[in-house]
Amino acid sequence: MRESSPSLAGLRKRVARLAASGGPASLPAEARLTSGHAGFDAALGGGLAKGKTHEFFAADALDATSAAAFAALLALRSDARAPLIWLRTADAARRIGHIYAPGIAELGGSPDRLLIVEVRDAKMLLACANDAARCTGSAAVIIESWGRFPLLDLTAGRRLALGARDAGTTLLMLRLNALPAPSIAETRWSVAAAPSRALAADAPGAPAFDLELLRWRAGPAGGRWRLDWKHDEHAFGEPALSRAVLPLPARRAARPHGAAAA
Amino acid sequence: MPLADARARVPELLTVAHDPIADHAWLDRLALGCNRYTPLVALDAPDGLILDIAGAEHLFGDEAGLVADAEMRLARLGMSVRHAFGPTADAARALARYQTRPAPDEAAAVRRLPVAALELAPEATTALVRAGLKSIGDLAGRPMANIAARFGGDATTALRRILGDAPSPLDPRIALPPIAVERRFAEPLGSTAHATKVLAELAAEAIEELGERGKGGRHFRATFFRSDGLARSIDVETGHPTRDAGLVMRLFAERMDSLTDPLDPGFGFDMIRLAVPRLDPLGATQLKLEGGEVRKSIEDGAMNELVDRMTTRLGRRRVQRLRAEDTHIPEQAQLALPAITAPPPMPWPAPEPGEPPARPFHLFDPPQPIEVIAEVPDGPPHRFRWRRAMHAVRRYEGPERIAAEWWRRRDNAGLTRDYYRVEDAQGRRFWLFRHGLYDEKPDPRWYIHGLFA
Repeated sequence: MRESSPSLAGLRKRVARLAASGGPASLPAEARLTSGHAGFDAALGGGLAKGKTHEFFAADALDATSAAAFAALLALRSDARAPLIWLRTADAARRIGHIYAPGIAELGGSPDRLLIVEVRDAKMLLACANDAARCTGSAAVIIESWGRFPLLDLTAGRRLALGARDAGTTLLMLRLNALPAPSIAETRWSVAAAPSRALAADAPGAPAFDLELLRWRAGPAGGRWRLDWKHDEHAFGEPALSRAVLPLPARRAARPHGAAAA
Repeated sequence: MPLADARARVPELLTVAHDPIADHAWLDRLALGCNRYTPLVALDAPDGLILDIAGAEHLFGDEAGLVADAEMRLARLGMSVRHAFGPTADAARALARYQTRPAPDEAAAVRRLPVAALELAPEATTALVRAGLKSIGDLAGRPMANIAARFGGDATTALRRILGDAPSPLDPRIALPPIAVERRFAEPLGSTAHATKVLAELAAEAIEELGERGKGGRHFRATFFRSDGLARSIDVETGHPTRDAGLVMRLFAERMDSLTDPLDPGFGFDMIRLAVPRLDPLGATQLKLEGGEVRKSIEDGAMNELVDRMTTRLGRRRVQRLRAEDTHIPEQAQLALPAITAPPPMPWPAPEPGEPPARPFHLFDPPQPIEVIAEVPDGPPHRFRWRRAMHAVRRYEGPERIAAEWWRRRDNAGLTRDYYRVEDAQGRRFWLFRHGLYDEKPDPRWYIHGLFA
């Protein structure tokens, strides 16, 4: 059918342009946060896309440190000197402790790259997150929240994501003590601590993480990984024992997840 | 007279408790308001202000015009004031406080002051009066050496300061800023929006002057003088010297939005001043066009502006960078410093190759108490209860013994801590310590100090 009016054609063009603007305009397609673990990165098509929002849910309140460390290590692996902006509320230090730079240095990260912003409440957290997302030049922005975050609804999330897309900022939403809910995130993860490989004399070994991909916009969800952090190589790697030998704990298998909800 | 006596005589007596801190805060506000006359205003606690008006009185016609303006504004605030002019700060102060008789000129007035104006110890004042030296003039005729021998060096210093023979330096409440631009209005401005517009014009003027000097501002202070004599200062700081008027105005807007008690024009602002108290050298910048430098410098600029804006909105202590501190006490090993003034980074201790991290990712400060069951009293923890949940220790490493910093304390006090890295059945890793060895303390407590990744 012939276009009956030029305005209709104009509208069509506009819709096409809007649809095309889903991808990051300023970033090359291969810009991704990689973990260094070949299988993990391959399954995600090269890693976590930069310029997008990624959510990390702690599987349990006690897994908060694992989720925070996983997000921070992913960001600190990339881009040798860009700062990592970490937004948290003032009560976070009481709940899960201060971010401890000597511990980050022991993990092989550079604490000098951290810019820590402490805000009073969730409202200010969102306002500062919007500013940080629109600022170019950061390795990533970690937004740490505890419990439900009703202010971060789909509209607020979309606004954040659009700001991040335009500036090319990667947003890592750290959701502690919260249940997964629908959102605009590119990927959604559940992170838990995993038993480490024992060293001599039964000492705890390198940090180990259990990851579950709850949702992925660009592909199938449901993947599970167990990764070790190898600070000498500055990369995540396969744990020394295979997964067949080390079964996943029952508490996670029994938990229903809201992966299908979004 | 005791308060009870006074109440007995005048039953309807109104009494107010003395609040020296509030008095001082009020004096401070009055001093800020008096900055309209001169930038050099010193507090003469508890109830005086000293203004250095040299070169400033012509703005109000003459000295009398300035005083009339000040007295009018202070009277509007309910203050009754006494004033005096003097060749030095101490002379003016003594005249304002002790002058009782009129005199033809300032020098004569000073000589007619009572010796009490020297503010010596009461015994010394009494002794001077008994010796027949009742006024400053009497004392000034005597040889200084004799006065010093009889009444001490303080008496001669005070005397020479009042007479203007010795310098009496002023300690201004606000140091004189290197650059200050101001605008006075015949008709007070009633709205904050107008005041902000004027501030933007002042910012452009100040920036121009900064450019001529080859400097950039690190700290900008806007002072809004209300027609009723009070004033309000608003400060913004930047992490790097700047000559960007737009940035400065954005920071001011950010600061005004986040004020808990907003800027109140009252009866209107009749003067606005913008001062730049801190300057740093800033050369002319040119973007490099080759090798991606443009993108990097733009990104650095964006990041600096973000830090400035968040600092302005949240306060200096809330936007932090972490810096290493050379100590082995875990909670003191890092300093969270304001990002806009943080010094350049020092290297952090390098991790041991092949070893798991010995320090946690999250640290509790203060440490949180836990209940621990150990198999042997000074052995590793077997189970522990934290936040009402029981954790069984599956693996552990330790103890790592950290002694108190006995060389810092005279009494060698402080308990040794035994740190254990433990892992529970679910793989969570904790950092626990026993506060004190068994020979230091009969029943040492256990604490959780951090969480590992």
